[in-house]
Amino acid sequence: MDSWILSLLIFIPVIGSVAMLMASNSIGKENKNIYKIIALIATGLQLILAAILYINFDPSLGIEESPFTVQVDWISSFNIQYFIGVDGLSMPMVLLTALLSFLCIGISWNIKKAPLGYFALFLLLDAGMMGVFLSMDFFLFYVFWEVMLLPMYFLIGMWGGPQRHYAAIKFFLYTLFGSVFMLLGMLALYYYAPDGNTFNLIELIKQAPRIEASLWGYDMKFLIWISLFIGFAIKVPVFPFHTWLPLAHVEAPTAISVILAGVLLKMGTYGMLRISYPLLPGEVVNFSFILALLGVINILWGAINAIAQTDMKKMVAYSSVSHMGYVLLGMAAVVSTESAGAEAGLNGAVMQMFNHGTITAMLFMLVGVLYDQAHHRWIVYPDDYEKPELAGKLAFGGLASKVPVFNGFIVLAFFAGLGLPALSGFISEALCFIGGFSAFRVLTIIGTLGILLNAIYFLRAYQRVFLGPFNEDYKDLKDMSNRDLAIILPLAFLTLLFGVYPQPLMNIISNSLNKIIIIVQPYI
Amino acid sequence: MNLFTNLESLSLYLPELMAVFLILAIFLSESLPNYRHLTFNISIIGLLLIAFTMFVVPSSNKLLFQGMIVNDSFSYYFKYLIILSTFSVILVSKKDNSVINEVKGEYYGMLVIIMLGMFTMVSAKNLLMIYLSIELVSIPSYIIAGISKNDKESNEASLKYVIYGSFASGIMLFGLSFLYGLTGSTDINFIANSLITNDNPLTLYISILFILVGFGYKISMVPFHYWTPDVYQGAPITVTAFLSVAPKIAGFAIMIRFFYTLFAGSSLDVNWPELIAIFSALTMTIGNILALKQVNIKRLLAYSSISHVGYMLLAFSIVGPQSISSIMFYLFFYLFMNLSAFYMAMYMSKAYNANNIDDWNGIASKAPILSFFMVLSLASLAGLPPTSGFVAKVYILRNIFIGEQFMWLAVVAIINTVISLYYYFSIVKAMYFMENPDLEAKKSDKFLFWSIIIFSSQNILFYFYWSQLWDYLDSLVSNMGII
Repeated sequence: MDSWILSLLIFIPVIGSVAMLMASNSIGKENKNIYKIIALIATGLQLILAAILYINFDPSLGIEESPFTVQVDWISSFNIQYFIGVDGLSMPMVLLTALLSFLCIGISWNIKKAPLGYFALFLLLDAGMMGVFLSMDFFLFYVFWEVMLLPMYFLIGMWGGPQRHYAAIKFFLYTLFGSVFMLLGMLALYYYAPDGNTFNLIELIKQAPRIEASLWGYDMKFLIWISLFIGFAIKVPVFPFHTWLPLAHVEAPTAISVILAGVLLKMGTYGMLRISYPLLPGEVVNFSFILALLGVINILWGAINAIAQTDMKKMVAYSSVSHMGYVLLGMAAVVSTESAGAEAGLNGAVMQMFNHGTITAMLFMLVGVLYDQAHHRWIVYPDDYEKPELAGKLAFGGLASKVPVFNGFIVLAFFAGLGLPALSGFISEALCFIGGFSAFRVLTIIGTLGILLNAIYFLRAYQRVFLGPFNEDYKDLKDMSNRDLAIILPLAFLTLLFGVYPQPLMNIISNSLNKIIIIVQPYI
Repeated sequence: MNLFTNLESLSLYLPELMAVFLILAIFLSESLPNYRHLTFNISIIGLLLIAFTMFVVPSSNKLLFQGMIVNDSFSYYFKYLIILSTFSVILVSKKDNSVINEVKGEYYGMLVIIMLGMFTMVSAKNLLMIYLSIELVSIPSYIIAGISKNDKESNEASLKYVIYGSFASGIMLFGLSFLYGLTGSTDINFIANSLITNDNPLTLYISILFILVGFGYKISMVPFHYWTPDVYQGAPITVTAFLSVAPKIAGFAIMIRFFYTLFAGSSLDVNWPELIAIFSALTMTIGNILALKQVNIKRLLAYSSISHVGYMLLAFSIVGPQSISSIMFYLFFYLFMNLSAFYMAMYMSKAYNANNIDDWNGIASKAPILSFFMVLSLASLAGLPPTSGFVAKVYILRNIFIGEQFMWLAVVAIINTVISLYYYFSIVKAMYFMENPDLEAKKSDKFLFWSIIIFSSQNILFYFYWSQLWDYLDSLVSNMGII
């Protein structure tokens, strides 16, 4: 069982989508429910497996000692291995992916258009995401990384909003642009590794720092770092590569926005921590100031943009840009001379990756619930709105009394998003700032302004939509259904739990992160 | 060196002799009204027999016909690819109406003549043989490009092809005569030995440039590509599919043999790798950028095939055994992905009279299976994992790291990959995202249907033989003896 569990995590969704294709041949056109049931079963099994993995997971073991690791030759002539494993860094991401995928099937329950295609592609996307977090061979990692693009392109382009075609190809081109540079970095690591060519990421930790070569007058390690950074930064997305994100998030259907913001963005920072950090510690140290600077720009630029938005979903999308900035700042703090600072920074970054996943999933899901009933999600109607008499006016108002349960959850989600203490966002953001402060004092002080800006847009949106006089246009608005409640409760529970008791999460991650710190610290 | 006399050579020349007999049989059956309906079957069975003969008659490094030709395993590999593409094109042409039925026999015959020409091309060891074989490929190609007699575009394509083709081969002949003048021989092994003491690098350089015009024209390398889009657009689509694959396979084979025999191992002043690197960057960039604006599917695929030539030239610009095997590896997958994309275009043009991207709108809901496989082929052409196009591209790119040369070319190549995604996926967008309620579902004939599926599925199924194929090519190249 131990050696099978990781492979099953990756391939159960694939089996599920194959089962759907087979079912589509044997059943008639009328019975369209079968697809979502298969998808629910597949992601449910995956979630159960992830839970079993979590229960049996021993955070003190590295990839090499872990009983779950599988390492077999795949393409021996190119030294490519099927090498998958789990450690403290990937464990929370695996849980997050399994949980969000399962919940997203619930969010997509009412998809009418081509359900077979939708759920089959969703499961392939799920398999790709799981593969990225479990791969310990760079080639395998790259294949999974790219496998996600095609389903994502179709999911945005076919089931998205009015501008979906443009959003889909823009997402595709941006991400591919990043990943082809990553490909060059990957090949350079393979061929310049001093003790024989390998894609094995664990083996490369020992070899990569000893690469001695230069090109065009630059150190080869620097060039590899840059090419990997372009690949990961576009995914995060780091300013100025972030422009694909608001468009893709807004145009995608709700479940796909959840996956994009909840899981895909984390792949960028996960990739840096998994590959760039241990393999190129010297470059990390040289680059850390720029990383922190970009993080602070992300925090502020995302928040300022979010304030300007009149579309609720776009506001949430920009808040993601801002929140990923905290992760970058926390990661940059690895160069702190005080080990407590470095620890706080990295722990905060990884916790923020997990917490932002749950919080942003709640936000997108709630906006989606509102949109399904109201058929728009304006906070204020824009000036060029199709009905001129409404332009510039408040779109909603006073919903709090009409839909109290919904209101309760949106308060929780908004407050978690702006980092209120006792909710999970606070802990991780505070840790990121503590780490950042110990390494980059001035930058972090500027960055803390982000907390204020975050509060501005979340509170203002809340006030305009839920408080004030009730807008009679929405007197038929219904409160959350049982299905909506079932989806949001686990997320809300995790937000509250990790807000008051983050220890379970800390226990998983801290060991692996300490290893990274030990690798990087000698280069300071 | 093992030189075989003419008579002895014939036993090792059986596949080509069979091809000659097949050509005669096709024309004979075509001219007898009672047997005319058998022409298709004769061509198919004949090609299978040739493939079988190649299986039985082993490859050898012996020089046939007093050093004119060598049927080594290198040329055998290319011959298998050529025979596969010829076979497949004849198969899907059976129900094709763009080639008028009265000239079907000529059409099959011409295809087999071209195939024979390419067989000679991939094994030529002599300047005369090189020129002769290229002409043997070119002249029937001009004819089949214009085989739709009543179609003006087809006639135009044929004329353009003739003019460009004869110009290019004239210049090439001029270049070959320079080589002969420098060394006094037409045997490329002999030339290679005499060139070591050559003290006239400028003449040699000019000669190489002129010869490159001829080769570059065959594989449509920029700046000798101008004929490609026009001919591809005008020619009947079965012919286009054939021309986009087979001559490129043969062209690369002869380029590899010519340059590696002439220059590998010697320390000449001629810096041909750098020349090829520049041509490679130009070819892929111009091919891709011009493809962006195309609305006609055949033109788009024409420019896409130009850009693929650029990727293969990238490997060619790095001298080493790995780069030869990676080109051979790439050609193998390129054959499958490009032919399947062209066959889909053929289905669309036959069933829906669709020639432009807009005509493909909403096809995914009418032909879901074929559309799915088309996406696979396009993803492979764009080089996205997990398809074979990606792996082939990685093997091409890794030559740069093995040779530690032309790193800038790798950056050009990957940026081109991103550019190419846009136009390949404009087809996907039309197929899946656009809607066209007027479209009716139409059946395709089963040869075409299964050809698309079998060829396209190789973009995923290659995982089963990737390692074996690479190992085979690796050992083949290292036993070739010209590195």
